[in-house]
Amino acid sequence: MSSFIDELNKPGILLCDGAMGTELQKRGMAVGVCPEEYNITNPKFIKEIHKDYYNSGAQIVETNTFGANCLRLKFYGFENRVKEFNNAAALLAREVCPVNGFVAGSIGPLGEMIEPLGEITEQQAYDVFAEQVIALYEAGVDVLFIETMMSLDEAVIAVKAAKENSSLPVSATMTFELGKAGLRTPWGVDTKTAVEILSSLDVDIIGSNCGKGFDEMIEVIKEMKQFTNLPLLAQANAGLPEWLEGISVYNETPEIIAPKTEQLISLGIKLIGGCCGTTPAHIKKMSEIITNFNIR
Amino acid sequence: MNEIEALLKILAQTVIDGKKDDTVKITNRLLELNYPPKQILDEGLLPGMEVVGVRFRDNIIFVPQVLISARAMKAALSIVEPLLSEAKIEGLGTIVIGTVKGDIHDIGKNIVTMMLRSSGFKVIDLGIDVSVDKFLDAINKENPVIVGMSALLTTTMVYMKIVIDKIKQNALPVKVMIGGAPISKRFADQIGADAYAKNASEAVIIARELIGINK
Repeated sequence: MSSFIDELNKPGILLCDGAMGTELQKRGMAVGVCPEEYNITNPKFIKEIHKDYYNSGAQIVETNTFGANCLRLKFYGFENRVKEFNNAAALLAREVCPVNGFVAGSIGPLGEMIEPLGEITEQQAYDVFAEQVIALYEAGVDVLFIETMMSLDEAVIAVKAAKENSSLPVSATMTFELGKAGLRTPWGVDTKTAVEILSSLDVDIIGSNCGKGFDEMIEVIKEMKQFTNLPLLAQANAGLPEWLEGISVYNETPEIIAPKTEQLISLGIKLIGGCCGTTPAHIKKMSEIITNFNIR
Repeated sequence: MNEIEALLKILAQTVIDGKKDDTVKITNRLLELNYPPKQILDEGLLPGMEVVGVRFRDNIIFVPQVLISARAMKAALSIVEPLLSEAKIEGLGTIVIGTVKGDIHDIGKNIVTMMLRSSGFKVIDLGIDVSVDKFLDAINKENPVIVGMSALLTTTMVYMKIVIDKIKQNALPVKVMIGGAPISKRFADQIGADAYAKNASEAVIIARELIGINK
C-alpha cells in the first residue's frame, strides 16, 4: 500500500498547500497565459512555489495541472501535450518534495459540459480524465486530488477514471455556494448527495474546495461531517478578491483565517489547505495551529 | 380563455420546463394564427424566461435547468427575431458582452446574454477569451450602451480592469457591468465598473437601470 494511505490512517491533521493560480499571478504570470505551460517554460518558477509551500509546513503540494486536460489545453492549442505537461508538473513537485512530503496530482473540471447539456459524451469525458490520470500516475504522484467539481455527473466520471486507471488514493472535492436553498453547487448538488454518491465510489477523501471563503467552508464541513466518516478535506479561498493599489488582494489574511482554521480542525477534518488567494503565509499559519493541535 | 391566450400560457410553460420542441411548435402555431411576433415574445416567451430567472435567483432551479430553458428560448427566438426586425421594433439598445481573456467559461455569460436578449436588448456576444482590443473594436463598431464582462476564474477577473482602463482612456461613452462567481460589488467598485450583477435576473434589472429605465 502507498505510504500516503498509511499517513492518512495515522492520527493528526495533514496540511496541504495553498493556491497555485493566484500565486503564479502574484509572481508575475500574465493573464491569458496557459498556467500549465509554465511546467515546461518556467519550471524554476513552479518549483519555487512548491518549495515555499513545503517550507511553510505543507506536507502535500498539488501539481500545477488543474487545467491540464486536453479539452482545456485545446484552448491554447496544446491539446496534444497532456502527457508532457502532467509528467513535467509531477516531476517538478517531486524534485522539491521532502522525504516526509507527498505530491498530489491536481485534476480540475473538464471545462466543457457533458451531454445532454453540452456536446461531449460521457465516454469522451471519461477518456479525457483517464488521459490525465495516467500521465500523473506514470509520473509518480502519491494521490489524486479531483477538485472544484460542480456537476456530480462529472465528478463521478472523474473518480471512476482515476480509480480504474491508477492504483492511487483519490480525493474528490466539490465547490458549494450558500444560497436560498442552503449550500449547493452551481449545478444544484447538496452536501448530502455529494457525500453519498462520492462515498459509494470508494473515494479515500472527500470534501470541498474553492468557494467564497472560510466561513462558508465551515458550514460545508459541518454538513458533510454528519454524513460521513471518511477523511474530510477543506481548501477554502481566502475570501473574495478585492482590487487594491493595482493588484488583487484577498481579504482573509493569515491572522483572519487562524481561528477559522481552528474551527475547521475542531469539526473533525483530516486534511486542510487553501484555494484561491491563500499563500505560503496562510499555510505557515495553519502549520502553527496544526502543530499545537497535534501536540495536544 | 380563447385559443391565443391558452397557447401563450402553454408557451411560457414550455420555456420554463425547457421543452424546446413544444416551444417551437407553439411559437409557429401562434404565427400561423397571425398573432404578432412582438406579442408572442412579450406575452409568452418572456414571461416564461422571467420565471426561469427568478427561480434561478432563488435557488429553486440551478444551472442545468436554466440551460435547458435557455435552449428552448433560443430556438423560439431564432424564429421570432427575424420577424421582429422586419417589423422594425425598437429595442432598448445594444450590449456588447464577453468572457474576458484567459477565461473559457461561458455558461453564466450565456445565461445573462439570453436574459438580456429576452428583455429587449440587442446583445453582441463576443464569446470567450475576449481581449481588450476585441472589446474596443466591438464598442467602436456596435456603439453599445453597455459592455458586459464575465469571468469565473480568480486569475482572469483582474483582466476586467485592463478593459475598463482602456475604455476610460479612450473616453468611450459606454457603461460597464461585470459579473461572475468570484466577483463582488466591492471589486466592481474598486476597478471602476459602473455596475455589478449577482445573477442573470439582476443583470437585466441593472442593465435597465444603467440606461435609465427603472423597473
